[in-house]
Amino acid sequence: MVDTTLKASPIAGGFRRRSALRRAMARKSTIAFLMTLPLILLVALLVLYPALYSIHLATLNKSMERFVGFGNFLFLFKRETFWMVVQQSCIFAITAVLFKALIGFVVAHLVHNIPSRGQRKWRGMLLVPWVIPPAMSCLAWLWLFDPSYSAINWLLDLVNIGPVAWTGEASWARFSVILVNIWIGAPFFMIMYLAALKSVPEQLYEAAAIDGASWWQRLRYVTLPMMRNIMAITALFSLIVTFANFDIVRILTAGGPIDKTHVFATWAFRVGIEGGDLPLGASVSLFMVPILTVAAIFILRDVHRRASEMS
Amino acid sequence: MTAASISTGTAPARGRKYRSMSRDRRWALRWSYLCLTVFAVFFLMPPLYMLITSLKTSAEISAATNPWWVHHPTIGNYVELLTSRQFLTYFRNSALVSLIVVAITMLISVPAAFALSRMRFWGSVALATGVFLTYLIPETLLFIPLFKMFAVINEYTDIQLINRWWVLLLLYPTLTVPFCTWIMIGYFASIPKELDEAALMDGANYRQILTRVFIPVALPGLIAATIFAFTVSWAQFLYPLAFTTSADQLVLPVGIITSLIKGDVFNWGQIMTGALLGAAPPLIIYAFLMDYYIAGLTSGATKG
Repeated sequence: MVDTTLKASPIAGGFRRRSALRRAMARKSTIAFLMTLPLILLVALLVLYPALYSIHLATLNKSMERFVGFGNFLFLFKRETFWMVVQQSCIFAITAVLFKALIGFVVAHLVHNIPSRGQRKWRGMLLVPWVIPPAMSCLAWLWLFDPSYSAINWLLDLVNIGPVAWTGEASWARFSVILVNIWIGAPFFMIMYLAALKSVPEQLYEAAAIDGASWWQRLRYVTLPMMRNIMAITALFSLIVTFANFDIVRILTAGGPIDKTHVFATWAFRVGIEGGDLPLGASVSLFMVPILTVAAIFILRDVHRRASEMS
Repeated sequence: MTAASISTGTAPARGRKYRSMSRDRRWALRWSYLCLTVFAVFFLMPPLYMLITSLKTSAEISAATNPWWVHHPTIGNYVELLTSRQFLTYFRNSALVSLIVVAITMLISVPAAFALSRMRFWGSVALATGVFLTYLIPETLLFIPLFKMFAVINEYTDIQLINRWWVLLLLYPTLTVPFCTWIMIGYFASIPKELDEAALMDGANYRQILTRVFIPVALPGLIAATIFAFTVSWAQFLYPLAFTTSADQLVLPVGIITSLIKGDVFNWGQIMTGALLGAAPPLIIYAFLMDYYIAGLTSGATKG
């Protein structure tokens, strides 16, 4: 008797709570929807709509009155500059990301190696290039690369290396924009890799040391597998950002000499905004989509995997 | 972590056991410092050179002396820029835009992140993923269609959006909101469910849970997101370059580049001073809130 009443009351309570819960849920989802509404509107009106609109825009003629289908794309395929831009964008993005990853990896290990008291100071110093707005630091580089007053050339002159036309000669200009990109981006890799290094449990290294692993084996079989995820995702993020980069090329060379350093973004700006041919500019920038999509798919896969691991 | 123990008291005790190892470590340490110094020189050279040049007169810049040394330091460039009406207009525009964008971003992304992380509703998972994907769409893909969109809006409604500084208030949130929402989802999701359940039991409504529980608990994340939104808005270059042209509507990065470079004459002393002053706000924020800044950077990829 006592037992049943004791049992009955939580059940009754449970029922009451459940119906209240259902009502709360119905209200909850409305409130939740309202809370996300500004976000949905922003993304729909200022990101998704323009993204789709640019596809429509790319199929119009210059005065945007007539539908030309793939006309703009076919026109681009026939232009030599376009293929140069494709090539330069790929070289720019791939080389820069590779070296950023490499330098970031090395510097992260160096910082991780020193006593932890000093790490904060070094980390703080080494991240400065990432903190300065790229447009501002590119101005500093432009001044360092100045044809007649280049301070780098002054230093090179001390060791008798002749004046380098940093932004004047095509191959050097290509090197320069990549160098500046590495300078800006490597600290980001460093910070990400350092975070990854810190998350590797110390016991793994101790176990490896007991097993007599050399530093190379520790790197190969402990560090790299533990960091693989973050390394991949950082590189993919960086690939997207680097591929779509605008500031560096625009300020350092503005695409020159003779369009040799243009990447998709700067050429789209030149053609679309400065040249007044918005449809052609839109078609140029649309060529970034395939590579961005591939990178995004890989990132998304990783994010999903981690989300499912968490729940 | 173990490295710290070498320099402190535990070193001799360990040294007896691993004498050769500790010597190896000391050499490794020296090499580490040497390499780090080389990298630090590479990373800090441009900002340092900005500072050096900003302290020179035009005459000294064009003289054939050591460019890495200031023979006659002067703050003339700073005085000139900070009293120039034009430069102060750029600075004001930049500050206004960045601060308002931070406010807009927080007002949109914090409630959205709360709803997406705690209140499951139809499509919430897809929406969270979608927000993340939007973050991956670069502004270089959107500026041309947006430009055309605003021109069309002007045609139909007579609202002039292009060449007004406040158009940036519409554009910058597309860069800041997705990322801030994403990292706030991560921070909110790490708050234990018991906390809001307890608040619900005590009769708190959702607004109270958000403002009394979530925002205080996730304050570090909020600060990180704020810093991110501010630095992104402050540094943005493409949108203002494409959307604003008249001198009184420009923000700092574009203003320095278009107005200080007059024709083929480069006044490098002033350009470097302007660039340094333009880099100062993010650098100052970074100097004081480094940990939050770095937390914001790393949480984008490690959380969520």
